[in-house]
Amino acid sequence: MKVLLVDDEEKFVSRLAERLEIRGFEADWTTTSDGALSKVEHNEYNIAVLDVKMPRLSGIDLKKRLEKLAPKMKFVFVSGHGSEEDYDIGIREGASYLIKPFKIETLVEKIKEALSA
Amino acid sequence: MNPIKNFATHFKPRFWHAGTSMDQAQTLFNYRRFYLISVSLRAFVSIAPMAILLMFTYMLQDTAIENENHLRIVRLTSNTRRTITYFLQERLDALKFIIQQKNVEALKASDELSQVLHNLKMGFGGFVDLGLIDNSGSQIGYSGPFSLIGKNYRDQEWFIRCAEDGSYVSDVFLGYRNLPHMIVALRWPVEGSSAIFILRATLDIQKLIQILSSLELTEKSEAFLCSRDGLLQTPSDYYGEMLGRIDLPVPEYSVHTQVVETVDKTGDPILIGYAYIENSPFILMVVKRSVEIMKGWRSIRQKINWFFGVSVVITMVVVLCISILTMNRIYDADQTRLKAIERLETSSRLISVGRLAAGVAHEINNPLAVIGENAGLIKDLFTLRKEYKGDERLMELIDAVLESVERSGEITKELLGFARQFEPKITPIQLSRVLSEVLSFQRKEAAYRNIDIQVDVPEDIPMIYSDRGRLHQILLNLINNAFQAMKNGGRLDISVKRDGEKTVSIRIRDTGPGISPEDQKRIFEPFFTTRGSEGGIGLGLSITFGLVRKLKGDISVQSKLGEGAIFEIHLPINTQGEI
Repeated sequence: MKVLLVDDEEKFVSRLAERLEIRGFEADWTTTSDGALSKVEHNEYNIAVLDVKMPRLSGIDLKKRLEKLAPKMKFVFVSGHGSEEDYDIGIREGASYLIKPFKIETLVEKIKEALSA
Repeated sequence: MNPIKNFATHFKPRFWHAGTSMDQAQTLFNYRRFYLISVSLRAFVSIAPMAILLMFTYMLQDTAIENENHLRIVRLTSNTRRTITYFLQERLDALKFIIQQKNVEALKASDELSQVLHNLKMGFGGFVDLGLIDNSGSQIGYSGPFSLIGKNYRDQEWFIRCAEDGSYVSDVFLGYRNLPHMIVALRWPVEGSSAIFILRATLDIQKLIQILSSLELTEKSEAFLCSRDGLLQTPSDYYGEMLGRIDLPVPEYSVHTQVVETVDKTGDPILIGYAYIENSPFILMVVKRSVEIMKGWRSIRQKINWFFGVSVVITMVVVLCISILTMNRIYDADQTRLKAIERLETSSRLISVGRLAAGVAHEINNPLAVIGENAGLIKDLFTLRKEYKGDERLMELIDAVLESVERSGEITKELLGFARQFEPKITPIQLSRVLSEVLSFQRKEAAYRNIDIQVDVPEDIPMIYSDRGRLHQILLNLINNAFQAMKNGGRLDISVKRDGEKTVSIRIRDTGPGISPEDQKRIFEPFFTTRGSEGGIGLGLSITFGLVRKLKGDISVQSKLGEGAIFEIHLPINTQGEI
């Protein structure tokens, strides 16, 4: 199960990747949207966990670009803002939505939910 | 409250002391001045037309009465003049008849004159004596009660005038007999001779007095004759002595009957009708006192004045009441506006605070997530290694960090939720969640008040699209209201039910004292309160009503005294359009 984590906070995203690995996922991470695009271009992921608020390209826009590269890929959004807007967008984009900080178990659950859907 | 007392409170000028003391609510206007202006203007426009109308009526009435009285006096004076003129003319004609019938020689015989006098007395009346005077002025024949044979009238005015004019009517005078009397005389030319004879008759003035006293005059009104020199010819009770000067000015000569307004010697206004009687020295005067004329009208006017006075009093009472009611309404509206402004200020402050809180929460969430993941990884790593896995102290320490992160996360989420509720926005809402959010604020209060809260939200209740902030406020208001009603504790049942396809209903039932049917009708009106004495201003439920309407729902109340109250809100599952 390959997971791509995209968040501009390295200390967050790298630790999260490591923790998912411990939980049996094959986790890859990047802090930029460009990095995410190149990774998806060269590798195949089952699911991407995207931060909604990121510099240059927002999580929502990144999702649209990534979908074109990998149409089968699933998505989970995470955000520190937790506004209704983000929530609405997340729902509209057909992805789960988590407000930071969250428990790793919750993320695992959402990933599994997304993959089984 | 006593209904009369209740009614009377409407007319209590609540605004009177507004703004005069520091304790009072802030005011926007000088209500007292507005009130006084309003009372003055209303009183003026109500009473002034009435007063002007009354004045006009009186003026018209005065003119009408004056005209009517003038006319009456003119008519009376004219008729009396005709009667007196006829009386005198008739006597002169009688003498003329005698002259035509008899010759001088026949009349010289004393018996003949007596016979003629007798016939005149019988036929006409009013004759006292009859005399025949020759051209030297000597009375050559006489019949009557006095002994006047041989009296010479040569120098007397009546003799001279009659000799010149052919006929004469005298004024009333005393003469030789020293009794008031008057004479009529006629010249008698003898054919073929320059000698003249005069037939003279004395008339009884009682006849004239009778004519005048037979007029039906009111009290203190009089009719009398006066001579052109202003001497009273018939007796008068008020205006002078018989044959003395009258106390009134002699009216100017006029061919027609005239009426003049003047005052008598006491200064009372009088109306005088007068007429100069042709071929005689007499002026007929009919005097009426204006006071007497107005007597009948005065009692009518008194009634009208009373009516006017009472009308003014009633008008003033109505004006005062209306002005107080209006000013009270304006005052209340202003107070509401002030409160709304205050509320707006508060909520705008809260929105700013909310935005700040949201910003802070967002900024904190990211580092919290870093802490969480790092601590989580430490825990994961420790769990993987045997030497640390059993170290309870280490696990405890790391769990404390993770728990704190989780708790901080909850706090920031609450802050975000707090910020959201001030900005109206349709979002999908789970009613069970909203209810538990609202009740989380109220649990302590309920425990303190000894109120047991039961919530029943069936699982098949769908998400509704509505404004979370407003829904929060509605539920909070209704729950607070129920708490206020249950002073001695009780039970609060909140249940959610699906009403068909498009609506859900939320029922909030308390075990308070209930609401009377009269109060139920007015319960959603602004400023209606049954807790006035406890500081309630009666806006809570009206705001709630407004909020429910904004969410395109409706709210109703059912209650019986002593059996608690049920507030039921119906909300659309999908609120369409703007709110």
